[in-house]
Amino acid sequence: MATHAGGLTLEKTAVEVRGLVRKYGERAVLDGVDLAIQPGEFVALLGKSGSGKSTLLRALAGLDYDVDGSGELAVPANVSVVFQDSRLLPWARVLDNVALGLRAADERGRESLAEVGLAGREQAWPNELSGGEQQRVALARSLVREPVLLLADEPFGALDALTRLKMHVLLRKLCAAHQPAVLLVTHDVDESIVLADRVIVLDEGRIVAEEPIDLAEPRSPADPGFTAVRSILLDALGVSL
Amino acid sequence: MTQLATLPGVRAERDQTAVATPVRRRRRLGPGKPIRFGAAIGPVLLLGVWSIGSATGWLDPRVLSAPWTVVTTTGDLIADGRLQSNLLTSAQRAFVGLGLGIALGTVLALLSGLSRFGEAVLDGPIQIKRAIPSLALLPLLILWLGIGESMKITTITLGVFVPIYIHTHNGLRTIDSRYVELAETVGLSRWEFIRRVVLPGALPGFLLGLRFAVTGAWLALVVVEQINSTSGIGYMMELARTYGQTDIIIVGLVLYGVLGLLFDGAVRLIQRKALSWRRTLAD
Repeated sequence: MATHAGGLTLEKTAVEVRGLVRKYGERAVLDGVDLAIQPGEFVALLGKSGSGKSTLLRALAGLDYDVDGSGELAVPANVSVVFQDSRLLPWARVLDNVALGLRAADERGRESLAEVGLAGREQAWPNELSGGEQQRVALARSLVREPVLLLADEPFGALDALTRLKMHVLLRKLCAAHQPAVLLVTHDVDESIVLADRVIVLDEGRIVAEEPIDLAEPRSPADPGFTAVRSILLDALGVSL
Repeated sequence: MTQLATLPGVRAERDQTAVATPVRRRRRLGPGKPIRFGAAIGPVLLLGVWSIGSATGWLDPRVLSAPWTVVTTTGDLIADGRLQSNLLTSAQRAFVGLGLGIALGTVLALLSGLSRFGEAVLDGPIQIKRAIPSLALLPLLILWLGIGESMKITTITLGVFVPIYIHTHNGLRTIDSRYVELAETVGLSRWEFIRRVVLPGALPGFLLGLRFAVTGAWLALVVVEQINSTSGIGYMMELARTYGQTDIIIVGLVLYGVLGLLFDGAVRLIQRKALSWRRTLAD
């Protein structure tokens, strides 16, 4: 069984992971991962499919109860997760989805929906919204809980390119306002450079590269610095151009 | 080479036809637009054939009474109060049996759907019960409960709870595991999880079961009312059989049909209200 919050404690960091191993059968999907995320820091986790990035996120979210493994990890009590699918309950109206599990949170839910630009859609059914709008509701549902740590598993993977660009702007704005520590799993190199303070590359269960992103705002793919970071990251991913 | 040479010609021809045919906008694979009063067409046709058959003497009244005889007989039965009192008795039996069956089926489905222990204990016997037609239990039920109301209502209840159980249980078990994961990440308590995720998720299954249950209730009612009854629509029809009154038998059949349709319509109305979040092909 996976161990949680072993001997580690969180003093100045939002996440501490040490020597994390997760195995499916004989295959180690995570093979000794060390990671620390500072409060308010935005970390993007890049990797090919099968590199173990989702497994790491699920370990941090506490969703890997049936997985073998060892190592230590410490996460704050207040963690929110955004999945690739919006995962809204289809039988609950938008506002009830946002306030799911919270007591007397209608007013906060409304404010949160207004923050993601969906004021006035409180009483809509999730099916009536577009894919991008559904994902914005999912963001509102996460942020209304004021998480110390926000875990996002390819949250924009199912969206079209234009919607994705708008969501990047929105996510940056929301993170600036709420200041959670963020771990964003993605396979989109440009997305990771646009959004993150630091990009980590995972390959075969190990961290193979780590790159702080220190670019002028707004970050543009036309920036030479952007191109340089991109080629470093692509290199770490084993993609040669 | 020849292909390359002919291709431009083919393309030109296609373009011409594309210009010539007006653009038609319709769904090619859907069932098409609904027909107005479509549901009434079949029954009205049937009624027409029946009327013509009776008017021309092609249908012997001893085999099947004419529609207008059935109407006048209905009037007579209402006038002397037999129809109302028998209908009331039948409706009471159906409602009580249905209510008990729904409650029993729902409780058992929840017990078996929400805990592995409940499933281990309950699911097997209920599946065995399902394999035995409810009406095959009648001899035993008559020995145990006699031929009174309790036997009749028990029979109906046993016929009703099975479809409710099967469909509700199935609805519970097929709730997407992604929602369970979501419930865990937002920290729902067990009770909140049941109220917010499990019950609404199982509702479509429950309502489907309810539609089968309503039909099952009427089926069981017909049978129990023809065994040593002294009241009810089934009794009225059984009595008519001994006197060869096909008109009264048909009044009974029409009544069963109308009641069945009303119940089914009510359940569908509930379905539409309760599942308004769903969009299906038929909408």
